[in-house]
Amino acid sequence: MVQKIAEYIATHPQQLAEQIAAHIGISLFALFVAALIGIPCGCLAAKLQKGEAVITAPFEMLRVVPSLAVLILLIPIMGTGVPPAVTALMILAVPPVLLNTIVGFRTIPDFMIESARGIGMTESELFWRVKIPCALPMILAGLRTALVEVVASTTLAAKIGAGGLGEIIFTGLGLYRMDLLVLGGGLVAILSLASGWVFDILTRRMLRYKYV
Amino acid sequence: MPIIQYDNVCKKFDNSGRLAVDHVSAQIEKGEFITILGSSGCGKTTLLKLTNRLYDPDEGKVLVDGENIANVDPVALRRRLGYVIQQVGLFPHMTIRDNITVIPQLMKWDKKRMDERADELLTLVGLAPSEYRDRYPHQLSGGQQQRVGLARALVLDPEILLMDEPFGAIDAITRLNLQNEFMKIQEGLGKTILFVTHDINEAFKLGSRVMVMNEGKLLQFDTPAEIVKNPADSFVRSLIEAARSQEEFWENVR
Repeated sequence: MVQKIAEYIATHPQQLAEQIAAHIGISLFALFVAALIGIPCGCLAAKLQKGEAVITAPFEMLRVVPSLAVLILLIPIMGTGVPPAVTALMILAVPPVLLNTIVGFRTIPDFMIESARGIGMTESELFWRVKIPCALPMILAGLRTALVEVVASTTLAAKIGAGGLGEIIFTGLGLYRMDLLVLGGGLVAILSLASGWVFDILTRRMLRYKYV
Repeated sequence: MPIIQYDNVCKKFDNSGRLAVDHVSAQIEKGEFITILGSSGCGKTTLLKLTNRLYDPDEGKVLVDGENIANVDPVALRRRLGYVIQQVGLFPHMTIRDNITVIPQLMKWDKKRMDERADELLTLVGLAPSEYRDRYPHQLSGGQQQRVGLARALVLDPEILLMDEPFGAIDAITRLNLQNEFMKIQEGLGKTILFVTHDINEAFKLGSRVMVMNEGKLLQFDTPAEIVKNPADSFVRSLIEAARSQEEFWENVR
């Protein structure tokens, strides 16, 4: 088996590299879109005292639909390829980002905001200089959760022709090739763990003040 | 002209049946060190926050430098008034220097001027600039953080300092040091200070005049000696008796 896997890697280096690149690309793009939706919606929801559920409920309901079903449902609307794949993954990634953003803003101590206002910050200065940085650790934790989940789930993108490491796995399933399943699954697992690891390094950089 | 004037000021919170600040009138002259004494819920913090428009009064008015602050932009007003709170509220993601100069940064002071100001203030509050300026708040003790809080409040050289139990969360020994040092700093600066506390000893030790508050009302506003000699009512009397009885304990032990 190990020999077979090594053989496959040796004979398909170009193809493997492309699949890994596509996998990473789709994942990051989905995470980016999720951040673009989840963080502003989280800011807004944290501000609303009672209407929070209005924002969180739709995303949480969508999250319950299995990604595979979402992909199939999207075909009539978006066709195949990258756009529906990113949409399905984005649905997966928004809730952790959204909920963590809300918690991040909600857990800023009142006295922190009071002292910022008290020394004479305007509301927008307060938001950018104090609230965002104070909520950032939680927001980043949400992004990390989403990233690891998305990298693992991007496997499904191959199902509708968006590429990625799912191609190897689905080929393996079709041909009963255990070596391809192990190779594809293993690479997805490694990629998923590595993405979390890289994200942790970036987080430590951004939150350097916590580690001095 | 008084530097701060409260004119029949009332404040009511929605969730409360009574006034948090109940028809308070008082005049504070430039350079006075005023302590506001009362137990929790007496309205002392509310009165302080009415002074820098963190709250606005429901009735009456507050004048700073003879000007009704209802007509002054809150941000501009707050930059004229230093503000220090018990929890300090230093920003965890900024160095000590950035915490001190955060408002000057927003006002686009040049870098050199800000660095010099930060060092000057750190020295004033008794922290060696070279050692502390690049640290983060969590690397400092509570007492040191409050020193930085004071430095931050002083950065724009405000005429008036509002302080809300600044030494309330600090251990007894450090608190005593801070009180003594702060009195010395104040002698040099000659600011007008409003200092909220629930500690009668602190109030009488620091204040040139003391406001005694209870249930939103200003019961007495006079020098410590005069309050002790002629307490305005039974509440003030019981407050003094409580402090005396503590004193007795120490006398008896001796």
